[in-house]
Amino acid sequence: MHEMSIAQSLIDILRDEMLKHDAKSLRSVRLNVGQMTAIVPDALSFCFQVITDGTEMEGARLIMEIIPLMGYCSECEEEFEIKDYAFLCPSCGSTKINTIGGQDLSIVEIEVD
Amino acid sequence: MKISVVRDILEANERIAQQNRDLFDENRLLVINLMSSPGAGKTSLLERSISALKEDLRMGVIEGDIQSSQDAERIAQAGIPVVQINTGGACHLDGNMIRDTFGEFSFKDLDLLVVENVGNLVCPAEFKVGEDFKVMILSVTEGDDKPTKYPLMFHESSVLLINKIDLLPYVDCSVKKIKEDALKINPDLAIFEISCKTGEGLEDWYDWIRGRAKDKEASQ
Repeated sequence: MHEMSIAQSLIDILRDEMLKHDAKSLRSVRLNVGQMTAIVPDALSFCFQVITDGTEMEGARLIMEIIPLMGYCSECEEEFEIKDYAFLCPSCGSTKINTIGGQDLSIVEIEVD
Repeated sequence: MKISVVRDILEANERIAQQNRDLFDENRLLVINLMSSPGAGKTSLLERSISALKEDLRMGVIEGDIQSSQDAERIAQAGIPVVQINTGGACHLDGNMIRDTFGEFSFKDLDLLVVENVGNLVCPAEFKVGEDFKVMILSVTEGDDKPTKYPLMFHESSVLLINKIDLLPYVDCSVKKIKEDALKINPDLAIFEISCKTGEGLEDWYDWIRGRAKDKEASQ
C-alpha cells in the first residue's frame, strides 16, 4: 500500500547505480518481490511510471518476480511453501519454522544504455 | 548492458530503524511498538500500565496519530514524558518520524519507551522504528476472524493482548478461535486476555514487561 514511497526509494537506488556505471538510460529493472512485503505489483509499476515520466528512466520496464513465503522446519529439515501464513510443518507438524524466503524486496539486475 | 545489482529497496528505512535501535541499546532502553485498530485500547492500556509500573520503571511515550494531541494529553496527565507526532495523513509511523522526536527525551533517564502507533491493523506491521518488540491489541468487539484476515500484524508481533473481555457476554466472539488462528500464524506469540476497563488479566502483562525490562538492563 506504500508503493509510491517504495517506488521513490527504488528510483533513488537506481539513480545511484546508474551514476556508478555511467549509464545514460534505463531499459529494465528486475525485482524480487517477497510475498510477505504485501506489495501489489501493478500499483508499484504504476507509481514507478508516474515518477519516472520525463526523466532518464522514462519507459523502463519493471520485471517483478514474486517470491513465495518459504519455511524451513528446524525439526525435520523440510523446506516448504508457507500457505495462508500457516507456520506449521506439513511433514511433522512442528511449529519451529524458520522463514527462508519471501520477506525481501530487492533489485536483482538492471539493463542500461 | 545488463548489470547485476543486489540491493534491498527498503534499506533506507531499515538503516534508520537500526540507527534508532543502536541508540536505544546504548541507553539500555526497552522500546515497544504498540499497534492495533483504532479504538482497540492502546491509550487505555498505556494509562493502566503507567499507573502500575511507574514506580518501578522510568517511562516515556511517543504518541502517533494523524491529527490531534488528545492521546498525548491523556499520557501527560499520568505524569510521564510524552511527545505527540501528527502524521497529517501517513497511516503508520516510521523510523524517520521517531528519530525526529529524540531531542525531546533524555534516553539515559528512561527504562521503557512505548511508541503508540497510528490506529491501523495493516501498515504499522510493515515498518520497523527501532523497537525491541511489537505488541498488538485486538479487542473482542472486532471479531474473531481478524488473525486470518490480517496475518502480517499477528506474525510480526511478540505479544497479543485480547482486550475488552468484559464485553464477551454481549458479542459473538470466540477467544479460543482467535488464539488458535493467531498461534498458527505465530507459534511464539505471547497472548494475554485483558480488560482495561475492569483491570482483569493485566498483571500478567505487567510481569511480561518487567521481565523484558530486566533482560534489557542486564544486556551488553
